[in-house]
Amino acid sequence: MNTNRPHRRPTDRRAVAQALQRFEVIVGHEWVLTQDDDLASYRDPYSVIWGEPGEVRPLAVVAPSNVEQVQEIVRTAARHGVPLYTISTGKNLGYGGAAPNHPGCVVLDLKRMNRIIEVDDKRNFCIVEPGVSYFDLYEHLQARGLRLMLDLPSNAMGGPVGNSLDHGVGYSAAAYRDHFGNHCGMEVVLPDGELMRTGMGAVPGAKTWGEFKYGFGPYVDGLFSQGNYGVVTKMGFWLMPQPEHFLSTQVSVPAYQDIVPLVDTINYLEDSGLVAFARYGSPLEIPRVQTAPSDPEMLALMAQPGGGAPEAWEAYARKKQQPFWTVTLNFYGPKPTVEANWAYARQRLSEIAGARFRDVESIAFPLTPESLAKARSLVSLGVPNLSAFALGSRSQFNDRPSDGHIWFAPVIPRSGQALIEAHRVFQQAFAEIGFPARIGPYSGPRTWMYRAFVFVMDFNTSRSDVVQNQRVRQAFEYLLKTASDHGYAEYRAAPLYQDKVADSYAFNHHALRRFHERLKDAIDPRGILSPGRGGIWPAHLRGGQP
Amino acid sequence: MTSMTHNLMVTLLCGSLLVPSAATWAQPPTSLTDGARLYGRWCAACHDPGPGHPGTQALEALYQGRVSAVLAQREGLDVAFVTATVRSGRSVMPSFRRTELSDTELRALAQWLALRPGG
Repeated sequence: MNTNRPHRRPTDRRAVAQALQRFEVIVGHEWVLTQDDDLASYRDPYSVIWGEPGEVRPLAVVAPSNVEQVQEIVRTAARHGVPLYTISTGKNLGYGGAAPNHPGCVVLDLKRMNRIIEVDDKRNFCIVEPGVSYFDLYEHLQARGLRLMLDLPSNAMGGPVGNSLDHGVGYSAAAYRDHFGNHCGMEVVLPDGELMRTGMGAVPGAKTWGEFKYGFGPYVDGLFSQGNYGVVTKMGFWLMPQPEHFLSTQVSVPAYQDIVPLVDTINYLEDSGLVAFARYGSPLEIPRVQTAPSDPEMLALMAQPGGGAPEAWEAYARKKQQPFWTVTLNFYGPKPTVEANWAYARQRLSEIAGARFRDVESIAFPLTPESLAKARSLVSLGVPNLSAFALGSRSQFNDRPSDGHIWFAPVIPRSGQALIEAHRVFQQAFAEIGFPARIGPYSGPRTWMYRAFVFVMDFNTSRSDVVQNQRVRQAFEYLLKTASDHGYAEYRAAPLYQDKVADSYAFNHHALRRFHERLKDAIDPRGILSPGRGGIWPAHLRGGQP
Repeated sequence: MTSMTHNLMVTLLCGSLLVPSAATWAQPPTSLTDGARLYGRWCAACHDPGPGHPGTQALEALYQGRVSAVLAQREGLDVAFVTATVRSGRSVMPSFRRTELSDTELRALAQWLALRPGG
């Protein structure tokens, strides 16, 4: 790997003190935080380097309530050479939380900017500020009886702006799951404090901010996602009209290799608009919330180096009379339409020998308390919840709860062959380093990104066990290298690993990173905004090659 | 789904103020009623009774029935303990910042959990 190691150059303390004085004038004394107990809540609670010298903490926090304050804060920061690190809801858990990339930063916390500017349930869009969470937006829709459905991530404490800017994802129909791809226009404070709007928002008196994303000229919105060229203060998003009906079904197939025709067929169904969402799984994988103790034979298979061979798992599945793969297929639309699509999907998937089918749930909209009480997957219904936090938490069958997790999220091709190859590559990597495999041949891909698979895996973190965290870091870095060596790369990462992930995108001697740096030097020459985010460092913090 | 979660869902569907809008939750709390409102806003999704609430699931496993795993039914909660836990987090529960819950709001929430009728 060709890591671009940043200098950890400290920010001038006198300049920080002067900037903070000015920040207090701008936002009020109450919203400039410098006390240790306040700053502690800006540490990444899921940090894999918690309490060690490499853990990055902010110098202070400033929390504006409107865009004019943001502009003045940015101008002040530029004047004093004090870098800011911007957060929206600050709940990017598993990918860094509220903690910055660089220790010399003041966090610019936008949580107080929580206005829902506009929601239209006829033209199906919204425009919101960064502090609006998915819970807030859902409540807004419910309180006003707006017939819209939200595409939600598993952590609804986050919000549309921050989630989309980090390329977050959801679980409903294909057109809505890629949250950044689904945004429409933004308002941005540039590093010199100037206010800019993109898309149709750039037109004075704009009438179509939330409807037409390109406007005219080069499309620049992507610069503000996973990057550090501006502070996004408003964004528009396309929303799904509330469907008439939700149908969830499940297909199971018996053999490991069945994943190949299964993916091929479901790709066809999904890309033709006949299936909204496919969630791959396997009964061989221990579920997130265990309801029974695990079979010792299964645990023994998992404990094998790399997590066990496909043949051994297939034999186990046959012995237990279980299918190897399942895939949950979700449909949204008029009831006759979704039922017809399901009938056609069954017909196509029947070509796989041994395929079985079952209906999981069939729910009419608008939702009722009774239907919600029975619902298996609230996130699929657009109802925000936090049930995913069961991952790693204490339960009847887990007496060693974690203190969080980090995600390793390589992007792989959307085929069964590619999944089998990813199993081989990453299982071998786990075996080589002697780390308990976080995946096995039963691990399915995530279809969040619609046109590619994410082969995600989680690693538990601890706020008390330094040795465990060190082992996780060793494993994580080995997987990063393994992925890069095999032509994979991650779509998202915590700040601790953003430089290394950016290094994976190395075509033509890192031409992409060098382009990002040229932009950074031109747009933000003093390096005021979120230095290091996305692996992009300003010139004075750029360390060169090791 | 238990009756409490059920009630929350009914409230959400009916648009009641138990889970207030962004505009209303920013108002300074003044009473235990505000503590209840803040509980609904910040805690219920993890700590209400029933499946799908990982905070309750974790406390059930931890306490094994010795005390209630449902936060709003727990007796003997201490204001300082609640305050410290919210600000610093515990296990997979993250920390919550002053921009999310102000000190005044957190005090109202902790006092409601510690002093609510029947608590």
